[in-house]
Amino acid sequence: MSDVMPLVMPKWGLSMEEGTLTAWLVAEGDDIAKGQEVAEIETTKIANVLESPRPGHVRRLVAKVGDTLPVGALLAVLAPASVPEVDIDAFVAGFVAAAPAQEGEAAAIAEARFEHAGRPIAYKLAGAGQEGDPAVLVHGFGGDSDNWLFNIEALAAGRPVYAIDLPGHGHSTKQLDRGDIDEMASAVLALLDEAGLGRVHLVGHSLGAAVALETLARAPGRVASFAGLAPAGLAETVNADFINAFVAAEKRRDVKAALQHLFADPNLVSPAMIEGVQKYKRLEGAREALAAIAATSLPAGRQARLYRDLVAEARRPMLVIWGRNDAVLDPAAAEGLPDSVEVLRLDDVGHMPHMEAAAAVNEALARHFSKVGG
Amino acid sequence: MQHSRQFLLDSYRSMATIRRFEDRVHDEFATGKIPGFVHLYAGEEASAVGVCSHLDDRDVIASTHRGHGHCIAKGCDVVAMMKEIYGRRDGACGGKGGSMHIADLSRGMLGANGIVGGGPPLICGAALTAKYLKTGGVAVAFVGDGGSNQGTTLESYNLAKVWNLPVIFVVEDNGYAESTASAWSVGGSQLGRAKGFGMPGVEVDGFDFFAVHDAAREPIERARNGGGPSLMHVRLTRFYGHFEGDAMTYRAQGEVTKLRAGHDSLQIFRGKVTQAGVLSGEDLDVVEADVAKLIDDAVSRSEAAAMPTEADLLTDVYVRY
Amino acid sequence: MAKKTYRQAINEAIAQEMRRDHRVIVMGEDNAGGAGAPGESDAWGGVLGVTKGLQPEFGPDRVLDTPISESAFIGAAAGAAATGLRPVAELMFVDFMGVCFDQIFNQAAKFRYMFGGKAVTPLVVRTMYGAGLRAASQHSQCLYPIFTHIPGLKVVLPSTPYEAKGLMIQAIRDDDPVIFFEHKALYDETGDVPDESYTIPFGEANLTREGGDVTIVAFGRMVGFANQAADELKREGIGVTVIDPRTTSPLDTETILDSVGETGRLVVVDEAHPRCSMAADIARLVAEEAFGALKSPIRTITPPHTPVPFSPALEDLYIPSAVHIRDVARSLVKA
Repeated sequence: MSDVMPLVMPKWGLSMEEGTLTAWLVAEGDDIAKGQEVAEIETTKIANVLESPRPGHVRRLVAKVGDTLPVGALLAVLAPASVPEVDIDAFVAGFVAAAPAQEGEAAAIAEARFEHAGRPIAYKLAGAGQEGDPAVLVHGFGGDSDNWLFNIEALAAGRPVYAIDLPGHGHSTKQLDRGDIDEMASAVLALLDEAGLGRVHLVGHSLGAAVALETLARAPGRVASFAGLAPAGLAETVNADFINAFVAAEKRRDVKAALQHLFADPNLVSPAMIEGVQKYKRLEGAREALAAIAATSLPAGRQARLYRDLVAEARRPMLVIWGRNDAVLDPAAAEGLPDSVEVLRLDDVGHMPHMEAAAAVNEALARHFSKVGG
Repeated sequence: MQHSRQFLLDSYRSMATIRRFEDRVHDEFATGKIPGFVHLYAGEEASAVGVCSHLDDRDVIASTHRGHGHCIAKGCDVVAMMKEIYGRRDGACGGKGGSMHIADLSRGMLGANGIVGGGPPLICGAALTAKYLKTGGVAVAFVGDGGSNQGTTLESYNLAKVWNLPVIFVVEDNGYAESTASAWSVGGSQLGRAKGFGMPGVEVDGFDFFAVHDAAREPIERARNGGGPSLMHVRLTRFYGHFEGDAMTYRAQGEVTKLRAGHDSLQIFRGKVTQAGVLSGEDLDVVEADVAKLIDDAVSRSEAAAMPTEADLLTDVYVRY
Repeated sequence: MAKKTYRQAINEAIAQEMRRDHRVIVMGEDNAGGAGAPGESDAWGGVLGVTKGLQPEFGPDRVLDTPISESAFIGAAAGAAATGLRPVAELMFVDFMGVCFDQIFNQAAKFRYMFGGKAVTPLVVRTMYGAGLRAASQHSQCLYPIFTHIPGLKVVLPSTPYEAKGLMIQAIRDDDPVIFFEHKALYDETGDVPDESYTIPFGEANLTREGGDVTIVAFGRMVGFANQAADELKREGIGVTVIDPRTTSPLDTETILDSVGETGRLVVVDEAHPRCSMAADIARLVAEEAFGALKSPIRTITPPHTPVPFSPALEDLYIPSAVHIRDVARSLVKA
């Protein structure tokens, strides 16, 4: 029976409880490789592709297209062709969903909060207690640590992963002094101090990448590597229409329209994603905080601060990932960087590569982290 | 007589304004210029002015369907009131309230009220505000003998007592709830009811400004000083019908004529102050002439004022919707 | 994010607003409980415990117990609102509106209009509604259509703990009189509720499910039932949009009309009696404004035109069910 292995409903992010199978990408009898795309799963947050965690021979597709199943539920059975049907039947009948759902990955994500300059900073932590250098994930303008729902657990295989809510965002304080990149980098450094992190891999998305670069500039000894996803800080331009629309949007339809700028495939903007943004913007002070950050960090629709020289001369692994269809920050900004900076461009991906191409991003980041010993 | 000349002139001006206002509304209503229906306060002036002459802008009153007198006594703008009764756009309520809903919260006038017994619960709330915010204010609910039988009024007696609110319930007993005699419709007595709720009560001659004013002093001071609610039973009458057009067939033959002759609060006031030698008849005539001019002016300005327009139909329902 | 009950969400909203604004006060029968009695103070914290803990924190000057005297204290709340406070008054069960409705619909609702736009009446009346607790005909009704009928009132029906907190804070900060309906069968429902203060604007519907085949508009407790129906239908390949208007006054007509424009089919689920209900109101709206988009007749799902029965056997038949909603919605698509 040890040859018989399940494929189960994955858990993508803290709040996912169930998913709907929308398509099988393999058939019974197929031999599949590890990492091969096997099914399309839709959650209330986003649709995504399930990659097989192991190679194998597809013996039975248990779940049917359209089924909505809890996390951990049996989707398919992998087993060599030599295993008798009766054993497969027995396996299906006796299957008990286990938690955590995805074996080999870190257990639950913890939420925590600390005071920085008298104000709360919230963060998530996955892979607590693991040995490797921790990674710190810094979301972009208007986002929060939930943006990493497809990444945090995957990246936590082998290292602790921290995802901060920047000041003005998520469950961190909405009271800002200025709302500039310095203030946000101070919060990242405060998290490093709070968690007692000596040396970390910094991963920043969009404006969060500029925050990560500012952190690198201020504490170079504490940064093992940098990865920027659709990073700010490399060129002046930014899609000011998006920023303005996002800041102004209150009603569902306006929020939806603004969010659709973020993805190559606008259908990925789910009701839950829209509601998440609305819920955030309703929090006391959130709208004022967003406006302040936009005004100081993206004044008059331009990026306030550039870090091209720092990126070029950082003397540690530097990775830039950019969707070719990014409508918010022009991927052309990655041109002309020295060879010391690895640039990964993704087709059919917009401004949110870590959501829209989570598997590719997770893999690239894991490789990138491994360039540094530890 | 311990009152200053100015106080007496002001009080008389207020009473005369009410009388002249109501008499004029009576006349104009008969010409068909005033829409809807109106309930006139003429004859009851001493009650409103006797009580309100103790009050200031911290204090709040709630009135009844017979509310013009209370509005004037509390300092509402007479021209704006008249325009409101004419349904004009720049009336006190933009022409949306009319006679029964004139209010001016900036003057502590929480509204006339088309619902008999509607005011006492509201006044408990105004009193709660004054008590909670420690403004030193009191709240006065004017209610008729008809309203005194409403559950809202009796519940308000209880709530004011239980919460120890700075309230004065002024029961203006003009003898008739619409066409029904208060002698018939009121079980027990107003003072007995006050006693039943543990409130001090006082009965007073509502034709005599000085009697009302003196009787109101103690309840108002008690309320101001945290001593809780009181009740005043003010006996008086109205010179006109329940509403304009009421033939008053339920009243005795010659009743009103007799009351006008012997129980006219303005005449009684005039007699007392001139007898005491504090004011002369001429002083009061000057006031009367001023008031006449004011009311003439109010009517002519009301007649000339613009009506509300279609654009006004949908406004003022909500602060924001 | 913390899981909280609907009850806790409302309590937290009121407490946060009381901390923020000293003009916010609370009053109602047994809102603390035990006034003048020899036992504990804050004995009940409201008959179902929604206001528990407020009087110990804010004191008896701000959390007032009242006699059983709705006319007087609901009217007092209106009068206090018109003179500068921001009262949150509890009408324990909405069925008791009969003994104080004048103070709500003739007084509070009309001050602003009657006084020519010069009055501001920031009053919240909290009230329990809804069937399901075997509370029989005088403690189970859904009378929100009656309040919705009255210009000058705003009417709020939170369907989840998240909505309850955000809508309550909005209600308290709102300058108009708001009737806040709390479904008693939802008090123990839990959901994610931010610790921070937040407001949900009135007149903005929530789409709790999105699908292209049929639109279900549901109110209060019925939203959860409609979601269940939608989830079942999704497995059958039928896409359902579920709209929770969150407030019946103001009503987000745009979201309803847009959705019907896309799906061409409408089911309205209302726990109120069928005549002159929200179901009837929305059916009228769509028939008038989106007739051309309709692919099938509008269907309304309500209890029958009877009082709410006591016996569990009857009450369970009386309340609209998820199964019934599913079947009706399916029948429109399969027709």
